[in-house]
Amino acid sequence: MKNIIYFLVGLIFGFVLVKAEIISWFRIQEMFRFQSFHMYGIIGSALAVATISVFAIKKFKVKTISGEEIKIEPKKFNWGNVYGGIIFGLGWALTGACPGPLYALMGSGMLVIAVVLLSAVVGTYCYGVLKESIPH
Amino acid sequence: MSDLLTKPWPWYVAGPLIGLMVPLLLILGNKSFGMSASLRHICAACIPTKTKYFQYDWKKELWNLVLVAGIIFGGILGGIVFKNPNPVQISAATVADLTNLGITNYSGLGPAEIFNFGILTTLKGFLVIVVGGFLVGFGTRYCGGCTSGHAITGMSNLQWPSLVATCCFFAGGVIMSWLILPVIMAI
Repeated sequence: MKNIIYFLVGLIFGFVLVKAEIISWFRIQEMFRFQSFHMYGIIGSALAVATISVFAIKKFKVKTISGEEIKIEPKKFNWGNVYGGIIFGLGWALTGACPGPLYALMGSGMLVIAVVLLSAVVGTYCYGVLKESIPH
Repeated sequence: MSDLLTKPWPWYVAGPLIGLMVPLLLILGNKSFGMSASLRHICAACIPTKTKYFQYDWKKELWNLVLVAGIIFGGILGGIVFKNPNPVQISAATVADLTNLGITNYSGLGPAEIFNFGILTTLKGFLVIVVGGFLVGFGTRYCGGCTSGHAITGMSNLQWPSLVATCCFFAGGVIMSWLILPVIMAI
């Protein structure tokens, strides 16, 4: 039952990703070339709404619908944030897609994106194997 | 109404809706809005391996894979059922830059001359599609998150490592767009 709700959340998220053209390679190029406010407006306003929401959740000790205390995992710094971040940035500009948009692009009919996704899974697997032997 | 569903949405509609994903998932079940984790769960679920990184109960993270399945269907709704018939209205400066790189087809969400199966047999296609995808998967997991997990969730929780990560996403993106992509496109 709960999974139906997560499916619907994903459905809405995917729809927004397409409608705001966040899944467009052109929009990502425009962003990295600093030639339009569009993507910055999206990320900025998303961040503003999320920040206010998280602040409110903490301040008013909002609970989950099943009454649990809401906990947000802190992000601990490691050098992977830097090295991995740059590697991901290179791939983001090349493919025009971060992980969420990859799925939406496949749905939108750009079927070759399945190969990008498969490569991303292989990349993830290689990271898992190499994790202990690369600097963090 | 159908106009509202086919036309592209402005940033001030889409951005806040995406921001709301963070509290929505927290309130629904203490879930953290982050999409690259799905790649790890796919590995854990599909690849038989003894690697420690994939030794966890991925079924507990099924919600994430279900959400990702929802995104695919959202893509079908937005990109096929309520398809925007017009090309993406990118700035004239970007069109000029990309035309210089040899892009001519602006009708789809991405350039048709790159995103097709035929290009996979070429070095250019291999670099963009296969290497590009690899960098996204390897990089996001190395980094511990992507645009949703770091730039939105992490930063909204005032986590400075997420700010560092986001700056690095943009550093990598700028290096690729300005320095490496022109070389790849010239192949």
